[in-house]
Amino acid sequence: MSDLDTVEAVAPAAAEFDPDRPRGFRGTLTVLGERFRGGDLGVAPVVAGLIVIWTVMQSLNPIFLSSTNLVNLAIECVPVGIIALGVMFMLLVGQIDLSVGSISGLSAAVTAVLFVDQGLSPWLAVAGAVLLACLIGWLYAQVFNRLGVPSFVITLAGLLGFLGVQLWMLGAKGSINLPFDSGLVTFAQLQFVPPWLSYALVAAGAVALFASGYARASARRSAGLPATSTQALLLRSAVLLVGLGAAVWYLNRDRGVGWMFVLFLGLVLVTHYVLSRTKYGKSLYAVGGNVEAARRAGINVKAIYASAFMLCTTLAAIGGVLAAARLAAANQSSGGGDVNLNAIAAAVIGGTSLFGGRGSAFAALLGIVVIQSISSGLTLLNLDSSYRFMVTGAVLLLAVALDSVARRSRASSGRA
Amino acid sequence: MTASSVSPAATMTAPLLSLRGITKSFGAVAALTDVDLDVAAGEVVALVGDNGAGKSTLVKVLSGVHAPDSGTITFESEEVSIPSPAAAQQLGIATVFQDLALCENLNVIENLFLGRELRGHRLDDVRMEVRSRELLQQLSAKIPSVRAPIAALSGGQRQTVAIARSLLGDPKVIILDEPTAALGVAQTAEVLNLIDRLRERGHGVIMISHNMADVTAVADRVVVLRLGRNNGVFDAETVTAEELVTAITGASDNAVTRRSARRRRGAAGAPAGVTKEGTDDE
Ligand SMILES: Nc1ncnc2c1ncn2[C@@H]1O[C@H](COP(=O)(O)OP(=O)(O)OP(=O)(O)O)[C@@H](O)[C@H]1O
Ligand SMILES: [Mg+2]
Repeated sequence: MSDLDTVEAVAPAAAEFDPDRPRGFRGTLTVLGERFRGGDLGVAPVVAGLIVIWTVMQSLNPIFLSSTNLVNLAIECVPVGIIALGVMFMLLVGQIDLSVGSISGLSAAVTAVLFVDQGLSPWLAVAGAVLLACLIGWLYAQVFNRLGVPSFVITLAGLLGFLGVQLWMLGAKGSINLPFDSGLVTFAQLQFVPPWLSYALVAAGAVALFASGYARASARRSAGLPATSTQALLLRSAVLLVGLGAAVWYLNRDRGVGWMFVLFLGLVLVTHYVLSRTKYGKSLYAVGGNVEAARRAGINVKAIYASAFMLCTTLAAIGGVLAAARLAAANQSSGGGDVNLNAIAAAVIGGTSLFGGRGSAFAALLGIVVIQSISSGLTLLNLDSSYRFMVTGAVLLLAVALDSVARRSRASSGRA
Repeated sequence: MTASSVSPAATMTAPLLSLRGITKSFGAVAALTDVDLDVAAGEVVALVGDNGAGKSTLVKVLSGVHAPDSGTITFESEEVSIPSPAAAQQLGIATVFQDLALCENLNVIENLFLGRELRGHRLDDVRMEVRSRELLQQLSAKIPSVRAPIAALSGGQRQTVAIARSLLGDPKVIILDEPTAALGVAQTAEVLNLIDRLRERGHGVIMISHNMADVTAVADRVVVLRLGRNNGVFDAETVTAEELVTAITGASDNAVTRRSARRRRGAAGAPAGVTKEGTDDE
C-alpha cells in the first residue's frame, strides 16, 4: 500500500483522473476539468444539450413532456438508434459507413419480399435480411482491407448500389405492406412491458449495478487499490432506482415502455460491456486511436476493421426491419430521407469522435434521443421538416465543433 | 577492423549480447560492414553516429526486423539467430522505437497491456492496474495516474510508458532509439534517470542518441558507427564530446587527431580540438 502512495504522492494533482477515488462535489468538477483538458468529454455535453432542448420544447408546447408524447418518443428512437449504434462502431475505428440508410431500406425490402411474397415465416425473413446485411459488411471489409479503398468511398458506392437493389426488389408496386397481425408488426407497434415487469426490471437493474460495483470495489480494495465506497455505490444505485423508476412510472401512466425500446436498451448495454470489459473492445479503441500501435501490439487490425463493418451493416439491417415493422410496410422511401444522416448525426452528437478512438455505447442512445426530441418538439409546434433539418443541422455542427475543440485541447495538453 | 579501441570496456563481465562482424547491405548500399557490439548486464551502451551511419539498421537487426547478411549474434553465450520481432522478444530483447506507438485515447494501463491483456473470464482490470503501478513504481516513474489517458501525458512521460511497456515482457536487453529526441531539459533528465534505473535493475541497455551530453551523462561505453563501420569504442567516463564528434564526423586517423587534440589542449589549457564540421554537426 505504501508504494502506491508514493506513486500518487509524486504528483498528487493528477490523481484526479482516478474515477474510483473518493471525492466530493469539487472533486467531481476537477475530474470534469481534467477530462476536458485531456480531450475526453464523455457524455456531459449531450446530457446538458438534452436538458436545454427539453426545457425549450416544454416551454413552447406543454404536451412535449406528456406521458403520451414521451412513450412515442421512446419508441420512435429505436430504429435509427440501433443504426446509430452500428455507426458508432465504424467511427470508433476511425472509419465511416454512409450506406446505413440504404442497407436498412434494403433489409426492410428483403424482409417484406421473403415474408409477404415468398410466404416465409417473419422471423426467418428477418434472419435472411440480417444475414444479407452481414454479408454486405463482409464485402465492404474485403474491399477496404485488400484494396485499401477509403471506407467513405466504398460505402458511398454502397449507398447508391443498395438503394438500387432495394427499388429493384420492391418492383413496380414500389411498396409491400406487412400484415398488421404479424408478430413483427405487433412487436413494433403494440407490445409494451406490463407495469409490474417494468418495475421489476428497473429494480433488477439497480441491484445488478450495485452488485457489479461492489464486486469491483472489493476486488480493488483487497488488491490495495483505491475503490469506491459502499455508500457511494448504494447512492448510485438508489439514484438509478428512483430516477428510472420515476421515468417508468411516468410512461406507465400512458401505454408504458415498448418492448422495442427494451431491445434497444439491451443492445446498448451489451455494446457497453463489450467496449469496456473485453479485449475486443480495447482493440477497437486501439485501432481507432493508433493503427500502427495496434498492429505492433499484435492486434489483427484487418479483422477488427472487418468486424466493425459487419456489426455496422448488421445493426443497420435490424434498425431497418424495425422501422418497416413500425410502418407495417416496406416501400421505396424505407431507409431514405434523413435516416442515413440522422443515424450518423446521432452517433456524433452523442459524443463519438469523428477522428476515431473515442465513443461509447451510450453515445448512440443519447444522440438519438436528442434528434428525436427536436423532431418531436417541432412536429408538435406544427413546423414542417424544413425547420427540423435546420435545427438538427445546427446541433450536429455544434457537436462536431465541440469534438474538434476537444481534440485540439487534447493535442495541446499532450505536449504540456 | 581499422577502428581502434582506445578505452577498454567499463565492465569486465562476460557480455550478455555480443555482435561480431555484422554486415548488412540493401542492394548496393552497404548499411553495415563488419560491425562489432557488446552489451553486458547492467551496462548502458550508447550507439552514436552521423545520419545514415547505420544505427537504426543495427537496431533492426537486433530486433528481428532485418536479417544480417553475415556475422554472428551471441546472446547469453549462445549463438542465436533473430528471424522475427517475436523471436527477439522471446530471447529477451525489447526495442522502443522512436515513434513510441502508443494509443493516445487509451490510458496508461491499457497501453501497457495492449495486445497482451490479462484476463480471467473477462479482462482482469485489477491485476493489470496492480502490475502497472508496481512497474512504474519500480522505475520511480513520474506518471500522474495510471488511469490518465496518454493524451494527457508529456513527451517524457510517454517515453516512460513506452519503456515500461517494453519491460512487461521481462527482457534482458532493452534498445532505445533516440529516447531523448524532441524532449525538453526536465523531461530529458527524467528519461535519463529512468535509463539509470534500468541499469540498476540489471538490464543491458543500448541507447541511440545524437546528443553528446546525454550520452556522456548516462552511458558506460560509447560505440561510434561511421558509414556503417565501427569507428571506436570509448569509456563514457573519460571521453570528451570533442573526441566523440571527431570519431563521428570521421577524421581519417582517429588516434592521431585525438592525440593532437590533447596535445593542443595541454598547451593552450583549453579544449580546442573540435573541427569546424564537428561544431556544425552538434
Ligand atoms: N530499408 C532500406 N532500404 C535501403 N536502404 C536502407 C534501408 N534502411 C536503411 N538504408 C540505408 O542504410 C544506411 C544506414 O541507415 P540507418 O537508418 O541505419 O542510419 P541511422 O544511423 O539510423 O541514421 P539516422 O541518424 O538518420 O537515423 C543509409 O544509407 C540508408 O539509406
Ligand atoms: Mg535512425
